[in-house]
Amino acid sequence: MNKVLYVTLLFFSLLFLQVFLLNNVLFLGFINPYLYIAFVVFYPLKKERYLFLFLSFLLGLSIDFFSDSGGINAFSLLFIAYIRLFLVQVIFKKTEQDYLLFDLHQEPFGKFFNYVIILIVIHHFILFSLANFSTQNFSSVLVNTLYSSIFTSVLFFLGTSIFRKKNK
Amino acid sequence: MQQLFYFFRKYKYFLFFLLLGFIAIFFTINNNNFHKSKFISSANEITGGLYEKTSQISNYFNLKYLNEELILENNNLKNLVEKYTSKADSTISISVVDSINYHQKYTYTSANIYRNNYHNFNNFILINKGKNQGINKEMAVINSIGIIGITEDTSANYTRVQSILNSNSKINAKLKNSFHFGTLVWNGQNYNIVQLEDIPRQANIQVGDTIITGGKSTIFPEGILIGTIQKINFQSGNNSIDIKLFNDMSNIGNVYVVTALDKEEINTLNNSLDE
Repeated sequence: MNKVLYVTLLFFSLLFLQVFLLNNVLFLGFINPYLYIAFVVFYPLKKERYLFLFLSFLLGLSIDFFSDSGGINAFSLLFIAYIRLFLVQVIFKKTEQDYLLFDLHQEPFGKFFNYVIILIVIHHFILFSLANFSTQNFSSVLVNTLYSSIFTSVLFFLGTSIFRKKNK
Repeated sequence: MQQLFYFFRKYKYFLFFLLLGFIAIFFTINNNNFHKSKFISSANEITGGLYEKTSQISNYFNLKYLNEELILENNNLKNLVEKYTSKADSTISISVVDSINYHQKYTYTSANIYRNNYHNFNNFILINKGKNQGINKEMAVINSIGIIGITEDTSANYTRVQSILNSNSKINAKLKNSFHFGTLVWNGQNYNIVQLEDIPRQANIQVGDTIITGGKSTIFPEGILIGTIQKINFQSGNNSIDIKLFNDMSNIGNVYVVTALDKEEINTLNNSLDE
């Protein structure tokens, strides 16, 4: 698929999925999945990163606009977008030459799993810490991070397993 | 000079990350400050318009509950009217001064909720009236059951309301059966429970007592219902009381925005005292 079209589609579908559907899930009254981190996972790997960082920031900021949350989604998504390259280097042992041919679906599931879980947990922890915006209630930050991370990863892997079979 | 360029080239992505990160943190801090102007708010035409579309669909599922609420409110109002007419009947001669009788202090504007959240630490509500309908900053928002919040940010047709479930919300509240007053805050834990702080220890309070708005601020009229006392924690030292709200904050549909007609007069008086 055309890369520009793919990124645009990914951007808007994740944005609207998050603000109109997933923000209203409230499983057990307070647990929400934050599936828009899939943008960082699936954005094509490139050496030039300005556009990627900016688009991640923009996606987070758009979600903040809808959910009246200041800049917390923008910062947390920007952060995992920034550390993504280090994670790819550490987990998948890829160098700059491999970026063009890199395909997440070709990688072993264990590595893919670790990669996604680390991104989700870091993102959720920053998100809830910033949402709390004080040193009080730290236990509820941890509880929220744990439960939402589980929820997000379950949804994420269910979603990707559907699309994986189509590719094969 | 060359080293400086080398430095910028080496860390260009990190610097770009820092720049965007600072912008995001700036927005976050700004959002946590009630009195600063708001940059990131759902009360703009794009997000407000989109939420309008979605709430038109989801409102249908709530109609039954809203009808029941309206019938209850009608019932209360009819009883109130009946009470006053019977009072007038039984009094033989009524002498009232016109200017006292007809001095209206508040007007009410009805509004619909387009988006309500209650699971964050700082919650906001989006309603479908704005500057064009005479809504401004710092007006009270209530419904027939109790208080909802304070308007905070207005665009032409939409308004963002700071819910009472917001860590920045501070509302003057008092006991219904005495004049002891305190500040209503929320600790971010349970959306049915808010906290009343700084109530004097000598106040005679019991579990189950009703809490109403105090009327000490220029925003809320006196006597709007808030909730009942659920738990008294005087041991902790900060004189905090848990209050169970009358409103189910997860299920609210129609609200009223209260315009205090005397607000400007009172504020100018207060400002002249400060000088």
